[in-house]
Amino acid sequence: MNNHTNDKTAATATAWTGILLRRCMQIVALGLLVGTVCFFMARFLPGDMATRIAAGRYGYDLVNNAAADAVRAELGLDRPMWLALLQWWGQIARFDLGTSLVTGNAVWREVAHQLGATVDLAVASMLIAVTAGLPLGIWSGLHPGGWIDRLTLASAVVLRAIPSFLLAVLLMVLVAVQLGALPVAGDDHAGSLLLPALTLGLGLAAGLARVTRAAMREAAASPSYEFARTKGLSGRQALVRHGLRQAATPVVAYLGVQAVFLVEGAVVVETLFAWPGIGHALVHAVFGRDVPMIQGTALCMGGVFVTFNLLVDAACLALDPRRRTGSTA
Amino acid sequence: MTLPIHPTRRRALQLCLAGPAAMASAGSPAQPAGAPLQIVGPWEIGGLAPASSGYIFTRMQITETLMEAREDGAPLPGLAERWRVSADGLAWRFWLRPAARFHDGTPVTAAAVVRCLQASRVAPALLSVAPVKSVDAEGASIVVIRLVSPHGSLPALLAHSSTMVLAPASYGLDGAVRAIVGTGPYRVASLAPPQQLEAVTFEGYDGAKPAIERVRYLTAGRPETRALMAEGGQADLAYGLDPASLVRLRKRRKVGIDTVMLPRTVILKVNAGLPALKDLRVRQALSLSIDRAGIAKALLRDPELAATQLFPPTLGTWHNLALAPLAHDPAAAARLLSEAGWQRGADGLRDAAGQPLRLSLRTFPDRPELPLIATALQEQWRQAGIAVQVNIGNSGDIPLGHRDGSLQLGLAARNYATVPDPTGTLMQDFGAAGGDWGAMGWTSDPLVEALAELTHGASSPERAAGLRAQVTAELQSNLPVVPIAWYRQQVAVGPRLAGVSLDPLERSYRLTAMRWRA
Repeated sequence: MNNHTNDKTAATATAWTGILLRRCMQIVALGLLVGTVCFFMARFLPGDMATRIAAGRYGYDLVNNAAADAVRAELGLDRPMWLALLQWWGQIARFDLGTSLVTGNAVWREVAHQLGATVDLAVASMLIAVTAGLPLGIWSGLHPGGWIDRLTLASAVVLRAIPSFLLAVLLMVLVAVQLGALPVAGDDHAGSLLLPALTLGLGLAAGLARVTRAAMREAAASPSYEFARTKGLSGRQALVRHGLRQAATPVVAYLGVQAVFLVEGAVVVETLFAWPGIGHALVHAVFGRDVPMIQGTALCMGGVFVTFNLLVDAACLALDPRRRTGSTA
Repeated sequence: MTLPIHPTRRRALQLCLAGPAAMASAGSPAQPAGAPLQIVGPWEIGGLAPASSGYIFTRMQITETLMEAREDGAPLPGLAERWRVSADGLAWRFWLRPAARFHDGTPVTAAAVVRCLQASRVAPALLSVAPVKSVDAEGASIVVIRLVSPHGSLPALLAHSSTMVLAPASYGLDGAVRAIVGTGPYRVASLAPPQQLEAVTFEGYDGAKPAIERVRYLTAGRPETRALMAEGGQADLAYGLDPASLVRLRKRRKVGIDTVMLPRTVILKVNAGLPALKDLRVRQALSLSIDRAGIAKALLRDPELAATQLFPPTLGTWHNLALAPLAHDPAAAARLLSEAGWQRGADGLRDAAGQPLRLSLRTFPDRPELPLIATALQEQWRQAGIAVQVNIGNSGDIPLGHRDGSLQLGLAARNYATVPDPTGTLMQDFGAAGGDWGAMGWTSDPLVEALAELTHGASSPERAAGLRAQVTAELQSNLPVVPIAWYRQQVAVGPRLAGVSLDPLERSYRLTAMRWRA
C-alpha cells in the first residue's frame, strides 16, 4: 500500500516535471523562431525600411528623402542583413530586446507597459466569460432543452456572429453614450476597462457556455454520475462532488485554445477603445518597420500564449488524476 | 474622484441598468466640475524628439518656440520678445524674455536655446532647410543666428515645433531628449507615450496664468471613438472627426462643432517626366476629368472643400482670387486627350499607336480619406479612358518613388504651412530639382526665381504680392501637382467649455484663452 502511494507521488512529480520542461523548451524555441521569422518578414516586406521608419517617426508632413537618409545613417540600415540578425541573437542571449527604432526607448520598457495593459484586459475578459458562461453552460447541460438552454444557444449564435468591432461600437453607444454609465474609451478610469473587457468577454462567454453545456451533459449522463445519485447523494452533492470536476477538463482545455481569440481580438478592441495594449503596439510597429518592437511584442505574445497553456496543462493535470498516474482507464 | 449622486430618476435607472458596471466606474464619466479638460485626438506621442512629437507639446502650450505666428503667418514674438536682422540679412539677433523660466525653475539662457537650435539643424527638423552658418549665444540672453545667404522665412522656421526650446535637464547623456522640460504656461504632470499626456499650469510662468488648471490629452486612433467620447461627455475637445460622425453630432446637438479651414490640400503629384504626362494637355485632361465638387460632397461631406486652386482661402496672401478656378469638364478632357494623340480603343480606354494610357497611383491610409479619394479618381479617370491602378502603401513610398523615379502618380495631403510661411515648403516642392512632395520631371525658371526672391526677402510688400501671384498662376496653368480638395479641421466642443477658438496653422490648442462656463 505504502509502496503504491510512493509510486503515485513519483509519477505525479514526473508528470509535472515533464510539463514544465516541455513548456520551457517551447518558450526558448518559440522565442528564437518568432524573433527570427519576424526579422525576415519585416526585412522582406516591400518598401524601403529607412523611409518607412522615417515616416513612422516624423509623420507624413515631415517625411522626405533627407529624413530617410538621416535615419539610414543613424541606424546603420545599409549594413548586411546577417550582421543585424547576429546582433539581435546576441542581444536576446543577454535578455536584451534592443531599442525601438521609432521612439528610441528600450523595447522591454515599452512592452512591459503595454503587456500589463493587455494582461489586465485579458484577465478581465476571462473573468466576464467565466462568470457568465460557466453557470449558464452548467444549467443548460443539466436541463437540456429548457428555456435557458435555448436562450443561451440563441445569444451564443448572435454574439459569436457579431464581429468585435461592431459589438464594441454598439456597447459604446448603448452603455457609454446613452446611459452615460461608463467611459467610452481610454485607460484613466477603473471603469474604462469594463467596456473593452465586455466586448471580448461576451464573445468568449458564448463559446464557453456551449462547450460547458456539452461537457456537463456528458458528465451528467455518465455512469459515475448515475452511481453517485444511486448511492443517495442529492442532485447538488452529486454535481459538486462528481459532475463538475469531470465536466471541467474539456472546458479548461477549451479556454487554452481561446487564448488565441483573446490575442486576436485585442488588436481590434485595443485600437477602438484607445487601450494602450500590446496588440495595438504590434500593428503600429509593423507599419513603422520597427523591427525590434515587432520582435519584442511577438515574443511576448508568444510567451504569454505558452505560459497560459502551461497553466491550462497544470489545471488539467490537477483536475484529471488519470494524467498524473499515466493510467488511461 | 467622487461625484455627488443626484437622486434623479434617470440616475437611478442608469444604476439599475448598468448594474455592477456603474459601481465599478467609480462615478459617472460625464466630466464633473473640477475634472481636467480632456482633449482627444488622432496624434500619437511617437517619441520625445522635437522633430517627432514636438508639435504635441507646443499645441499643449508646454513648450515654446523662439517665434510665434499670427493666423496669416506673420511673425510674432515668442520666447524671443524681440528680434533684429542686420542690413545684409545675414545676422539675426533674438532677445529672450528676461523673466522666462524652465519648468525646473532654472532661467532660460541663450546657451540652452543654442543647444536646442543646433539639434534642430539635422533633417528633418526644419532649421536644416535654412542656410545657417552658425548659432551662438551672445551673453546670457541674446541668440545670434548667422546665415550664408539671406533667408526671409527664418522667423517662420523658428516657429516650427521641431525648433522648440527645452531645458538642459531634458537631455540624457547621449544627447537624446529624455524628458520634456519646457517654458510654456503648462508643464508636464504625467506622460505615458504613445497615448496619454497630462499637463498642469506652471506657477513660474512669466505671463498671464491660464484659467484652466489641468489638461489631459488622449490619443484615440479611431474617429468613431473620438466622436463617441465627445458625445458621451468624456472629452471636452475631440479633434479629427469623420464625416459620418459629424453628421450625427450635428443632428444630436449635445456638443458644439467648431471648424476652421486648414492650409492643407489633397494633391496629385504627377511624374511629368513620363512620356505620357510630359504633355501639358494630358495633365490638364487628368485635372478636367476630376469631379471635385462630387468628391467634396460625397466623400468629405462639405461641398466648399472642392479645390479651385492649390492654396485654400485660409492662406489669405497666397490664395489668388484672379485665377480661373479648376473645372470639371469631361468633354474638354476628351478633346485634349484626342489632340495629344490618345484615341479611345474598343475597350473604352485610350491608347496611342498600341500604347495604352495606363498609370499607377500611390497613396497611404494615414489620412483615412485618401484611399477613398483615390478610388473615386480611379473611376472618374476610367470614364475618361485612362486606366489607373491604385496602390495603397506607406507615406514614405511617395518620396521614395520620387527619388528612384518609379512614381507615376501620388495622392497626398500636403500641408503648405508646416511653418507659418509657405515659401519654404514651396521652395522644397518646386525648386530647380523638383521636390519629394512636389514637382517631378517639371521645372520652371520664372517660378524658381520668384521663389528665390521671396526666400531672400522681397524689396516691398507689393513686390512680394506680385511674386506670389506669379507663382500661383504658374502652378495653376502648368499643373505639376493637381489640387483636388482642401481640408477643414472639425472639432467637437463640450458644453462646459468657453473661449474655444481653433488655430488654422494647428500650432496651438489655445488652452490659455479657454475657461469653464459658469
